[in-house]
Amino acid sequence: MLQVSIYRYNPETDSEPYMQDVQVDTGGKDLMVLDVLELIKSQDTTVTYRRSCREGVCGSDGMNMNGKNGLACITPLSETVRNNKLVLRPLPGLPVVRDLVVDMSMFYAQYEKVQPFLMNDTPAPAIERLQSPEEREKLDGLYECILCACCSSACPSFWWNPDRFIGPSGLLQAYRFLADSRDTATEERLAKLDDPFSVFRCHGIQNCVNVCPKNLNPTRAIGHIRNMLLSRAT
Amino acid sequence: MAALRTISFDGVIVGGGGAGMRAALQLAQSGYKTAVISKVFPTRSHTVSAQGGITCAIASADPNDDWRWHMYDTVKGSDYIGDQDAIEYMCSVGPEAVFELEHMGLPFSRTEEGRIYQRPFGGQSKNYGEGGQAARTCAAADRTGHALLHTLYQGNMKNNTVFFNEWYATDLVKNQDGAVVGVIAICMETGEIVYVKSKATVFATGGAGRIYASTTNAHINTGDGIGMALRAGFPVQDIEMWQFHPTGIAGAGVLVTEGCRGEGGYLINKDGERFMERYAPNAKDLAGRDVVARSMVLEIIEGRGCGPEGDHVFLKLDHLGEEVLESRLPGICELSRTFAHADPVKEPVPVVPTCHYMMGGIPTNVHGQALTVDANGNDQIIPGLYACGEVACVSVHGANRLGGNSLLDLVVFGRASGLYIENALRSGIEMRDASDSDIEQARSRLDKLNQSSGGENVAALRKELQSTMQNHFGVFRNAEFMQKGIEKLADLRGRIENARLDDKSMAYNTARIEALELHNLFEVAEATAIAAEERKESRGAHARDDFQERDDANWLCHSLYFPTDKRVGKRAVNFEPKTVETFQPKARVY
Repeated sequence: MLQVSIYRYNPETDSEPYMQDVQVDTGGKDLMVLDVLELIKSQDTTVTYRRSCREGVCGSDGMNMNGKNGLACITPLSETVRNNKLVLRPLPGLPVVRDLVVDMSMFYAQYEKVQPFLMNDTPAPAIERLQSPEEREKLDGLYECILCACCSSACPSFWWNPDRFIGPSGLLQAYRFLADSRDTATEERLAKLDDPFSVFRCHGIQNCVNVCPKNLNPTRAIGHIRNMLLSRAT
Repeated sequence: MAALRTISFDGVIVGGGGAGMRAALQLAQSGYKTAVISKVFPTRSHTVSAQGGITCAIASADPNDDWRWHMYDTVKGSDYIGDQDAIEYMCSVGPEAVFELEHMGLPFSRTEEGRIYQRPFGGQSKNYGEGGQAARTCAAADRTGHALLHTLYQGNMKNNTVFFNEWYATDLVKNQDGAVVGVIAICMETGEIVYVKSKATVFATGGAGRIYASTTNAHINTGDGIGMALRAGFPVQDIEMWQFHPTGIAGAGVLVTEGCRGEGGYLINKDGERFMERYAPNAKDLAGRDVVARSMVLEIIEGRGCGPEGDHVFLKLDHLGEEVLESRLPGICELSRTFAHADPVKEPVPVVPTCHYMMGGIPTNVHGQALTVDANGNDQIIPGLYACGEVACVSVHGANRLGGNSLLDLVVFGRASGLYIENALRSGIEMRDASDSDIEQARSRLDKLNQSSGGENVAALRKELQSTMQNHFGVFRNAEFMQKGIEKLADLRGRIENARLDDKSMAYNTARIEALELHNLFEVAEATAIAAEERKESRGAHARDDFQERDDANWLCHSLYFPTDKRVGKRAVNFEPKTVETFQPKARVY
């Protein structure tokens, strides 16, 4: 029997959060953490978490598993369980709505702040805008972000300044548009990022890289933005 | 009962996937007061899982490509019950809709010329089937749905669309004239119930693959729009037509794209034989999905399946080389390693036909207006209700959808719905307000659930429903089995309607949502079962052992399931495209 310890909090009935211990029969299989949660929920329907695609592409089920952020649906027990114990907590640093469900408004607000949409003030052609494979390749490792918030909620700078530091996910998306050969708003984008907090609160500790379930590298993207800001200043 | 808070909009879109967000974008740009109600944050919608691409004759891979060839393929793929006016519209408008997405920023893969990369997909041909395999599916690596959905969300953000994220629509509100005037919805975070009033209600709620035990679909694909429509007494069309995708990862159900075969992968049985050469000598592994899925099941039944249980076949990809796999199919490599414990660079992927797509749905015209038929069999528009994307049956997929056509469907008809509603709003829409009793009627299911005390466990009932559908309405069907399935469903109806809700709290109560979703799953399942039993022929995805031939004399038509008396009627297929000659039904061979 797997020993699972789950963070529980229902604002209607609990004055404070607590950890609930549950034993789960995994049938000896190397299940995904989400499968374990589904087994628990089929017995106790009050256990609350988000889930959708169950294949690591929608970003719903970001949570903290044995101390590390990740997606429950693509994290096999063999990767996270130590000494037969699995501790599940909500993503750190974000307000808890209920159990493993966090309020992501601050995270989304930082995403919106970087204007994550293509800006191009030239008239659109009758067909697509052309882009070479080399130019397109610059977007690899950037456009794949699924907004799961594993990175930003693992970042101490984001915990301290969630209102002013864009955070790794938002900055990855900022760079995705800065790097797009079709985007003409580079100067406008950089001007908006040029303050002591938006970008420069990143101290390069790479927690984001360590937890990203899509193996993306926000720290590298942030480095590129820094360089662009610095060369703009000189 | 306390009066509900009412929120009013010009247009309300239920569903934040590709179709819903494309419709919303159109309306938001028009300046009308528009809202999207989505039970998940929009980028968590199932469109995100689409992999291989969006099929469209943009003439990149082949400068001579022609949307009429795409139309021919789609009509043939549908086994001739796709509406030719709708298919014509989709294929001809498609390039414009795809270029719009690119202009919005969708990061398509590129050719050396800088154009959008297109790959071959199943059922594609040049020159009306005479010119060999075409490459018509526009791709962003194997993450096209992700790229498309995020781009649409970003476009809506740019245009200030109002989103009600993590709100769940429970039922339609109809006024005394039978017109749809909005929905009842729950804010999941607070549990508040609201009447969302609207002059145009657009269902873009997606599919319902979760009626089956083994599905590529997300947990959220519970047929909410179909459930709401059926409960409101509206019919659904061709709902017996369910696509089983040839390549779901065995055991996990997770999809691996048809693009794998488009890029040169192929299926093998336990003897290592490329068996599709026997079933479809020309198209081989790129025959229609229904054809490939049936061939796989036959291989397994005849004892040539792979693995210790002989219950799957292999998708061979290693011969493509690491470079092609990592650049063209990076997501597949990831999924296969995670869910099949197989590295496609070195070993084949175990795959099995898996429920994937609902071809049927709410019948609509090309403007997304929902339809029913009157006593004389004439189409009647349902005032106020629209549908687009997988929940709709416009019908461009008929009895079998071609790969890459779902993303095109949702973009083209999401856009078309938005365009039509924009014009309708401009010329003025007048509908009578819903009365208190109309609203009470719409929220009665929710009230009943909230007061439930006894009853069975939702998860157990859902499992029973899913295994019933899996066992009785799968790839191959026959009367005896289906009738048994229908009996089991009849027993399940009351039990599901009275399912127990232990958790009555207001805060982010997913147990309540899952119970409501189960009602919808059941409605879809029952409609599927009854329509499937009724269609006494084999066509497209509907394959019967007891009626193995296509029967054009009796069944070259849509089925129409009426929920009030559980009756299956027939509705004519459109054979009158506006600008091309009709494609006449002929034997469908690949």
